[in-house]
Amino acid sequence: MARVGVFLCHCGENIGRTVDCAAVTAAAAKMPGVVHAVDYKYMCSDPGQQMIKQAIVEKKLTGVVVGACSPRMHEPTFRRAAAEAGLNPFLLEMSNLREHCSWVHEDRAKATEKAVDLVRVMVEKVKHNRKLHSIRVPIEPTAMVVGGGIAGIQAALDIANGGKKVILVEKSPSIGGHMARLSETFPTLDCSQCILTPRMVEVASHPNITLMAYSEVESVEGFVGNFDVTVRKKARYVDWSKCTGCGDCWAKCPVKKIPSEFDAGLGKRTAIYRPFPQAVPNKPVIDQEHCIMLTKGKCGACAKACQRGAINYKDQDELVKIKVGAVVLATGFDLWDHSAYGEYGGGRWADVIDGFQFERLASASGPTDGEIRRPSDGRIPQTVVFIQCCGSRDDKMGKAYCSKICCMYTAKHAMLYKHKVHEGRAVIFYMDIRAGGKGYEEFVRRAIEADGAEYVRGRVSRIYRRADGKLIVKGADTLAGRPMTVEADLVVLADAIVPRTGSERLAQMFGVGYDTDGFYSEAHPKLRPVETSAAGVFLAGACQAPKDIPDAVSQASAAASKVLGLFSKPELEREPIIARVNENTCVHCRACIAACPYGAIEDFEIKDRKGNVVKRVARVNEGLCQGCGTCVAICRSNSIDLDGFTDEQVFSEIVTLE
Amino acid sequence: MKTIGYFPGCSLHGSGRELDMSVKALARIAGVELKEVEDWNCCGASAAHNLNHNLAVALPYRDLALAEAQGLTEILAPCAACFARLKGTHVRVTRSPELAAQMREITGLEYRGTLRFVNVIEFIGRLIEGPLKGKLAPRLAGLKVAAYYGCLMSRGEDVIEDEDHENPDGMTAALEAAGAKVVDWNFATECCGGGFSMSNTDAVLDLSHELLADAEQAGAQAIVTGCPMCHSNLDMRQLTINQRGLGSHDMPVLYLSEVVGLAAGLEPKDMGLDRHFIDAMRVLDIASAAQTAQAAAAETAKK
Repeated sequence: MARVGVFLCHCGENIGRTVDCAAVTAAAAKMPGVVHAVDYKYMCSDPGQQMIKQAIVEKKLTGVVVGACSPRMHEPTFRRAAAEAGLNPFLLEMSNLREHCSWVHEDRAKATEKAVDLVRVMVEKVKHNRKLHSIRVPIEPTAMVVGGGIAGIQAALDIANGGKKVILVEKSPSIGGHMARLSETFPTLDCSQCILTPRMVEVASHPNITLMAYSEVESVEGFVGNFDVTVRKKARYVDWSKCTGCGDCWAKCPVKKIPSEFDAGLGKRTAIYRPFPQAVPNKPVIDQEHCIMLTKGKCGACAKACQRGAINYKDQDELVKIKVGAVVLATGFDLWDHSAYGEYGGGRWADVIDGFQFERLASASGPTDGEIRRPSDGRIPQTVVFIQCCGSRDDKMGKAYCSKICCMYTAKHAMLYKHKVHEGRAVIFYMDIRAGGKGYEEFVRRAIEADGAEYVRGRVSRIYRRADGKLIVKGADTLAGRPMTVEADLVVLADAIVPRTGSERLAQMFGVGYDTDGFYSEAHPKLRPVETSAAGVFLAGACQAPKDIPDAVSQASAAASKVLGLFSKPELEREPIIARVNENTCVHCRACIAACPYGAIEDFEIKDRKGNVVKRVARVNEGLCQGCGTCVAICRSNSIDLDGFTDEQVFSEIVTLE
Repeated sequence: MKTIGYFPGCSLHGSGRELDMSVKALARIAGVELKEVEDWNCCGASAAHNLNHNLAVALPYRDLALAEAQGLTEILAPCAACFARLKGTHVRVTRSPELAAQMREITGLEYRGTLRFVNVIEFIGRLIEGPLKGKLAPRLAGLKVAAYYGCLMSRGEDVIEDEDHENPDGMTAALEAAGAKVVDWNFATECCGGGFSMSNTDAVLDLSHELLADAEQAGAQAIVTGCPMCHSNLDMRQLTINQRGLGSHDMPVLYLSEVVGLAAGLEPKDMGLDRHFIDAMRVLDIASAAQTAQAAAAETAKK
């Protein structure tokens, strides 16, 4: 006879507010097979777990149902408690009374009725549960980090320094990401390149790191501990094993006017190029789209110039298959394109620029050698207007979120400008100044008090371009309560931070969730900030949400520690929720083999003692099966069942609802 | 579009008569019958919503109910303010059953929300794509114009739906069909002073002056608008602006319908072009002078 215990959680007020937990407990106590029913305010807390453990022992329970939050949240917690009390953890089931009931309903009476049903369903199921045992799978102790910005660099170095192998995949020709483009960094104004480039070199020379620059993830198979990732090494047209990075080739390249991505379009580059002088690897690639040889078949200037014979116009993309045990996604961000803001010129005016363009103007390695000169005519602007929240916090632009870093970098921009153009005016239009962070508020005060940045609280309604080239900025000073017009020479827009283009496709490949803005979703916003819903895939940096450098680095180190934790054991325990073939009834039609999305079902020959094949059947590979149930549905002889979700269990749930 | 409901409003019977004349003249040659809404009343314009929100909805609501009851399906409201009030009221009462019930009670009339609204830009767009297709001559070739939308031809995302609110270009196709060159200028959507024409004339003078100055700077020889309020502020107040010493403007201000009418070969006087404060009859002369000069230049180049 089944002896089921039911434990109902109020989840503080989350469930208790809408569901009458005492009534559900009373109803549960009367359900057939239930020998114990009790409710408590926080079942997941230590006293709550103790109640479960104690009851398992004292009441000799054969099954437990916990009515609480989503199993995604606390099923592992409760199953661990059950195991500690000596009950097989798979004899414990959860009824989701929070996400599936109290959070989505308002009518208390009806919600309570539904909660009773939800509990009864699980009581029926658990009566048919049987003991299952975790499956052990070996782990490939190599990590892949996707994205070579500061977050990816940090994660790669931490994992490598922890003694594990790392493959760092970067889609552009050099690692360094956006941080390499910055001039100085807040709140200390130390030079971005000076703190970053040594780390880039460390990545390149680290014995545990394999750097795959100019490469992209093409496809992913497998699961935690055993991912098979196919990486596309894009054609570089330069044999990097021969190339010394001497620069003869790009000096001779006749195509010299391509807007440089690294300089945010303000500088120019050649068709064979390295993105910037401190690039790692410090080797060039040929830009297929602009190279005359590759598009028209004539030129060959770089091949002639190269003394090492490293140029290869016939180079082709190469697909490489790599086995890794864990993945860190660190794909970073882009700036939103402000041309949607018609009132700011809609991207028509050269002197209305974005934050990266200002960084390049202020950078000593930038196109103006660090002099602030406006793009249209190269003059030094005497008045610069900075507009914060351009796209961010603007529902009309589809972005309700705060981009987090703009308040700080705008203060930094104003400061850098004033340090270089002492008599100039820096006017900043802002909605709020959000300077939460160590030394941040002080930094903003410094911009205002020591450097004389003029902060105006209000929005800009319109920018005109007058015939003499002045940008007329019309806005409101909402503290003074009056309209305001500034005649500016340069306008810098703090464009919203958005995920990288293509990041959604990558998320789909790895099975990682993303929010409506396209940022990758962490497994739990508070308690599991670097994990994802895909086991073995972790997040670092701005791909998860807008982040500054300190936050990106912290998260990268956290992700690295998760990877090292995963690799600390040679084997991985997996939930035994897998399909099982009844070999007595299997007719070997092979429909399941064709249907399995994971290639987890194989042909198997049953032999007698003499080695003669007596029957051919399908057999599930426990290591590969993900428990999706596709084969169960497709099996014509009804010979496959899913452990933990057998037909018997599911039908008993349905039947009890009638 | 054989027939369309017509809502002239007060402007088209007064200061905006040229708009009325030119739209009717265009409709005539295009073979479109304009059926005036019978017993229409004031739309509330810029005054009602400053006094009483219910009044501001109830006035146009009555017009909508009448037009619907008269079997009309589409209403052309050439005046930009009338268009905004009528369509805005339609949007509000169709979205809020409570407001609709309130309006039913106030007016004693039922509006079921079946009407569609057409402003002068859309009307002309449909004419030149339809009955007037191929019938326009580029008679204004050589004339540089600033297309002026103001607030009522660009704003209100539920009222002006198919337009870039910040950089509208709904007039461009019609102006180019008439041969005119549309200049790039800054003030296409800025305020002319609107309804403050009487109550705060100084503000109107300042705003309209800035507008005229920017159009001049952009090289425009005329301003084209679809709104009678913009028209009266820019055209009628221009002399006062000059008298106050703000500028020395001499900028013809035309309705879009007048420009298209000229291209369609209509007689200027039939559209009231001779009624403007700033001489508007000259635009044809400016254009033909430019065309002659261009032809001469082309001749010289050939030699």
